[in-house]
Amino acid sequence: MVGVAAATPSEAQVWAWLEGVPDPEIPVISVVDLGVVREVSVTDRAVKVTITPTYSGCPAMSIIAMDIETALAKQGVTELELETKIAPAWTTDWLSDKGRERLEDYGIAPPQPAGGPTRCPHCRSRAIEKVSQFGSTPCKAQWRCSDCLEPFDYFKCI
Amino acid sequence: MNHLFEFLLRQGDNALVLGHRTSEWCGVAPALEEDIALANTALDLIGQTQLWLGYAAEVEGEGRTANDLAFLRDVYDFRNMLMLEVPNEDFGRTLTRQFLFDAFQVPWLEALQSSSDQRVAEIAAKSVKEALYHLDRSAETVIALGDGTQESNARMQAAVNYLWPYAGEVFADDATDQHIAKKGIAPLPSTMRATWEATVSETFAQACIVQPEGDFAHSGGRSGARHTEHLGHMLAMMQTLQRSYPGAAW
Repeated sequence: MVGVAAATPSEAQVWAWLEGVPDPEIPVISVVDLGVVREVSVTDRAVKVTITPTYSGCPAMSIIAMDIETALAKQGVTELELETKIAPAWTTDWLSDKGRERLEDYGIAPPQPAGGPTRCPHCRSRAIEKVSQFGSTPCKAQWRCSDCLEPFDYFKCI
Repeated sequence: MNHLFEFLLRQGDNALVLGHRTSEWCGVAPALEEDIALANTALDLIGQTQLWLGYAAEVEGEGRTANDLAFLRDVYDFRNMLMLEVPNEDFGRTLTRQFLFDAFQVPWLEALQSSSDQRVAEIAAKSVKEALYHLDRSAETVIALGDGTQESNARMQAAVNYLWPYAGEVFADDATDQHIAKKGIAPLPSTMRATWEATVSETFAQACIVQPEGDFAHSGGRSGARHTEHLGHMLAMMQTLQRSYPGAAW
């Protein structure tokens, strides 16, 4: 039995396929942009993908694992080793620049080292205030714009 | 006695019991934002539980899983601090307890990052980021409510008075702590006390809360020798599904 489909894919090819797997909670960014995929390695027997959780209790992890498996199976990868690793611990520094831009376009303020968003993702006003340190998912907090009055999510910086 | 297993149960059970208590607020918190915040805090704690108890189960080597340890052990097998199992009572006590725990947990996890046990160091490094965030919020809320209205101040003071005799349990080193410290896996908990007290005193001062005198501490939670009557009731709720339908999975 040939484990990996007819032609063994290159690691770059697998990364490109994973770019097409959206984060289940924030579908405008991929699991690669989010920094959840840490390593890809290909041997003649199997494709190995290492992922890491954003927050230790993030309920999206099992969905992410399933989505990766499904996406790679569609490309003919039948022997997939999916490993979860917690070290080094995930940080928002791993969010790609493309991912940050897409977050803001989607209405989620990207993480800032200063600890709070710099501007409203809707109207770009800097008149903003915190509503709560927590939000709709473990990785977000709730903020509000006092110019356009829209509430928005802020991606917590950790 | 397998000291590493005991040590890991203490870490995991603290996270599990506080995580479950915190989750009891889901849907009934005083404001939507608080409801979401409490649910997210609980989620972080349950996530940390999976890491600690997962490793505990491996160390035990009896084929049990994190789920088995969480749902199929009884009161006297739990190794959490007593402070974490007492009922929530009100929002004030819930947040005061969270603060007293976070003020210990942050320096504790920071120290565990340099554990001689690599897995312990990794779990601590993952958890400490979440604990820091929890401490920010719990300290801020203790100050806002303590230095709030007459009613909120009275409730916070009552919460502190109630919890104080439980808070010191974690600093009483025992044989397991000594053994773990000797191996370089964790420092002695007693060495954390000064840092904890500094955080607590500073926050209470800002919150207009009078810090109770005395360092008497109830004990028995970390050893499992004597839990409060509350843990059994909590487990009855938490474990009902696995007790009624053993092995149920989805």
